[in-house]
Amino acid sequence: MLTLQCPYCGVWAEETELHAEGEAHLKRFGPESDDADFESYLFMRENPKGVHFERWRHASGCGKFFHAARSTTTLEVFGTYSAQTLEPPKDIKDKISAKYPGWSWREFS
Amino acid sequence: MSTRLATGGRLLNKAKQVTFSFNGKQLTGYEGDTLASALLANDQMLMGRSFKYHRPRGVVASGAEEPNALVNLGAGGKFEPNQRATTTELYDGLSATSQNHWPSLEFDVGVVNNYAARALPAGFYYKTFMAPAAAWKHVFEPIVRHSAGLGKAPKDRDADRYEHYYAFFDVVIVGGGVAGLQAAKTAGLAGASVLLMEQTAFWGGRAPVDGGEIDGKATDDFIDATVTELEAMDNVTLRNRMMGAGVYDHGYLLGYERLTDHAPALAGPRHRLWRIRAKQIVTATGAIERPLSFAGNDIPGVMLASAVRDYVANFGVSAGDRTVVVTNNDDAYRTAIALKNAGLDVPVILDARATGGGALAEEAKALGIRVENGKAIAKVKGGKRVTGVAICAQAGEGSVLEDIACDAVAMSGGWSPVVHLWSHCGGKLNWNEKYAMFQPDPNRPPLSHDGNPFVVPAGSAAGAQTDTDYEGFSLFETLRTAHDAANKVCQALGLNVPDLKTPSVSEHDEVALEPVWLMPQGAGTKLRMKAWLDYQNDVKVSDVRLAAQEGYESVEHTKRYTTLGMATDQGKLSNINGLAVLSDALNQPIPATGTTTFRPPYTPISMGSIAGEARDEVFQPLRRTPIHDWHEANGAFFEPVGQWRRPYCFPRGSETHADAVKREINQTRNSVGLLDASTLGKIIVKGPDAGKFLDMMYTNMMSTLKPGKCRYGLVCNENGFLIDDGVVARIDEDTFLCHTTTGGAERIHGWMEDWLQCEWWDWQVFTANVTEQYAQIAIVGPNARNLIEKLGGDMDVSEEALPFMAWKDGKIGAFDARAYRISFSGELSYEIAVPASQGRAFWDVVMEFGKEFDIMPYGTEALHVMRAEKGFIMIGDETDGTVIPQDLNMQWAISKKKGDFLGKRAQLRDHMASPDRWKLAGFETLDGSVIPDGSYIVAEGKNANNQRNVQGRVTSTYYSPTLDRGIAMGLVHGGMNRLDDVVEFNKVDGGTVAARVVDPVFYDKDGEKQNV
Repeated sequence: MLTLQCPYCGVWAEETELHAEGEAHLKRFGPESDDADFESYLFMRENPKGVHFERWRHASGCGKFFHAARSTTTLEVFGTYSAQTLEPPKDIKDKISAKYPGWSWREFS
Repeated sequence: MSTRLATGGRLLNKAKQVTFSFNGKQLTGYEGDTLASALLANDQMLMGRSFKYHRPRGVVASGAEEPNALVNLGAGGKFEPNQRATTTELYDGLSATSQNHWPSLEFDVGVVNNYAARALPAGFYYKTFMAPAAAWKHVFEPIVRHSAGLGKAPKDRDADRYEHYYAFFDVVIVGGGVAGLQAAKTAGLAGASVLLMEQTAFWGGRAPVDGGEIDGKATDDFIDATVTELEAMDNVTLRNRMMGAGVYDHGYLLGYERLTDHAPALAGPRHRLWRIRAKQIVTATGAIERPLSFAGNDIPGVMLASAVRDYVANFGVSAGDRTVVVTNNDDAYRTAIALKNAGLDVPVILDARATGGGALAEEAKALGIRVENGKAIAKVKGGKRVTGVAICAQAGEGSVLEDIACDAVAMSGGWSPVVHLWSHCGGKLNWNEKYAMFQPDPNRPPLSHDGNPFVVPAGSAAGAQTDTDYEGFSLFETLRTAHDAANKVCQALGLNVPDLKTPSVSEHDEVALEPVWLMPQGAGTKLRMKAWLDYQNDVKVSDVRLAAQEGYESVEHTKRYTTLGMATDQGKLSNINGLAVLSDALNQPIPATGTTTFRPPYTPISMGSIAGEARDEVFQPLRRTPIHDWHEANGAFFEPVGQWRRPYCFPRGSETHADAVKREINQTRNSVGLLDASTLGKIIVKGPDAGKFLDMMYTNMMSTLKPGKCRYGLVCNENGFLIDDGVVARIDEDTFLCHTTTGGAERIHGWMEDWLQCEWWDWQVFTANVTEQYAQIAIVGPNARNLIEKLGGDMDVSEEALPFMAWKDGKIGAFDARAYRISFSGELSYEIAVPASQGRAFWDVVMEFGKEFDIMPYGTEALHVMRAEKGFIMIGDETDGTVIPQDLNMQWAISKKKGDFLGKRAQLRDHMASPDRWKLAGFETLDGSVIPDGSYIVAEGKNANNQRNVQGRVTSTYYSPTLDRGIAMGLVHGGMNRLDDVVEFNKVDGGTVAARVVDPVFYDKDGEKQNV
């Protein structure tokens, strides 16, 4: 059972206090998009072994959605950060690079 | 025979005799006994029957690793199967029965399996029950089910209480042997908050049995002194009878505390499950002795050498008068010495090592014990009890050199560190060639959230360090590694490590073991078929070799094929021996074979402890509307809707539910009815961008709604599927109130927050879920307006002042009310919201004033029937997560003007626009009957799986009291284009019922009744 720190209220929350909300940094494709882009937005997910970026919600707490960067293999959490951003913050990316030089995840590295 | 000795028994209180029963026989023991030791003291060596062959089995071990001595305990609500006699503390009145035999333990019919053992090899079930298919159902399954399972399943409700307990510690130490005590002392002195748990009732583990001195004193004195010291520390918590059940992510640890198993008369919960967050965990879980694989190693009387010694030292019980010791290491000599010192006979020690043992062997010889090096057991003689052994050379194929009479065999195949807790959360193991064991690899520990190790092994559980020159599991190394482990966790916690030296120790030096995986080394098929690996599941050396021969090369596959290690003991004794045999058969080194996965819990924990307090009314919270108590007092029959309980109907007297529903509908359609609609979701959406936001949330246009008006809307997900519906009321320019379904309130609120927080975070909108702030009561029927006017107040509820699909604030009677002219029944209807605190008072007033109209409340079933008569859809009936609004002919609720809304793009996908989609229609059975729930509309022919083709399904089906016939809605290929077609719905009995495709609006098609 994971613990994650909510970046909004600061609470170290147990997994049971949180709700997993799927992959982070999805780019929404709307009515004007072509089939390939829309399919990718709806269905294509990373499912990596290692570095991953996820959305979580502090559902039984402050109610905020946030992002978490963690390793799916070691369960190490590199950090949690605001959901209101289009890419992971530099300090978290640097932390990952220190552990996993040359990592990449979708367009981020 | 096994018996109680005149002396010894360090754990016993011989002043207190205890009476208990085994298979109905009254026996006695002492306070401090385990059930196993007390049975042995009464010469009850036979304790159970094995699972597959029903072979007679006696106790093998003295602790949690016991595979054989499993019993049913207690009766009625206290009954529990599969309890290990070795970990069951004796108490007055304990009642145990043995398992897996019929008609009795001594005489068992199922033992015919034993004589047919040759026909029941590994994978027997897989090979035998393949065909014919019908035989499985009628022949094989009944037989397998009858013979499956060891103990009986409890039949009564669990009469005991259980609880969960949340705790947080800097350091949790699992295992209260000398290593755990030493580690706790170091961490405690460093100032950490420490929990030390021990699964047995006593501290010190097996060190006092094994001998040696610490700081010049007996180990017992060291243990007592350390426990006293720890008890004096405020930052240290000590718990015995508590097992570390499992280690999980980020320092989560389950502790299983057995509070009253040893004394059922004590008050309080029986078990307590500790849900612990530990910053650091020290596993001082010790080691488990391995059996040796020789023919007849399962005959009652063959035991682990350490267990034989434990029973003598701890309980003053001898397993036999003449005990042959067989070993591949020095430790088993301690057993021979202990037996000899207790005045018992040890005819011979068989040491498989050609060169024999070290100092302990010399001591044994000096006591006059015959020691045979390079010798082994060819086979054990006896049936329900050992009568002797045939000895042979370990190097040979088992030619018998000599027969020796004995009534017990003490065996030792070396020791395996208990690495379970280390491994649960990803700690990796190394194979230690020298000591023939898997041990924790300190370089590959389990990692916590910060990427740092959080588990450190200590004592025997850490295995042997190859960079030191110690041999085996020495006392010195145990204390040294414990001290080191504590230092390590203190450093990780940023604490100053206390200046403590490892205590000085005096003990025997030991020489290394020699791995012995089969005895004798060249044992042939006949012997291998009687050499047991897994006692509980009856897996033999021959089974594992057969699995290897048949291509099961992975240890995980072999495990499942042979069931090695899959019993309730999870292979604590058998796994290492089994995978060594597999490795040998595959001709590869043991580490190449690897281990199976260690999974929690370490030993089985009670289902009650997992549930904790979560049973009956506290299983989950119950949501009650402000009017709930009235419903309860007035005979409501409730149905669960999410966490709410809603009245399904209000039966009167001996009325059936169907009659009650009919009465409620007729009253509502003809005069006036009352519905508690408080559970409907109510979400305030407010802000300058609220209209723009709701245009994205709903398929239709909400931004154009005028204040004072209501509009019905549909919510879709990005797949285009309909997920919720409800009426939106515009309160003012910036404020909307969105009604959701009862079950959808939290979900839709979360859905809105998701888009506001993560996609359009620059939009100025707030949401609030105010579902429970209001009581909402629907007054429904042709007399609704008359009734409300009688209530008084200042609100004009006339058709002109408050028309259909409008809302208004004002006073109704003395109540602050908001009235919505919305209808889910097709009748003239006002849904009136009042503050939750006034809900009950308002309900009572309406009921009082409604008397002259014969007012009565109606429940959810009447609500469902009335909406179905009107052809209104219900989320969860007409929708199932694969239905788009277009399937339900609701194009009218989908805006064509809006450039975007959630689900719009998906509804443009070609599959969504396919003319082959099943679409909504109404159905009337030709014979007036009600179509069964879940029924499909059958089509011609069969599909590839030989199932009837289908062309649609029913989504709502009811008896309509208004029309006095069955009505239904459903999805059918072609939808309303099929009007007047007759289709066939299948029935549970195999037949079909014919129905005509009709308009789904069965009642008041023009809406003349609601729009007045």
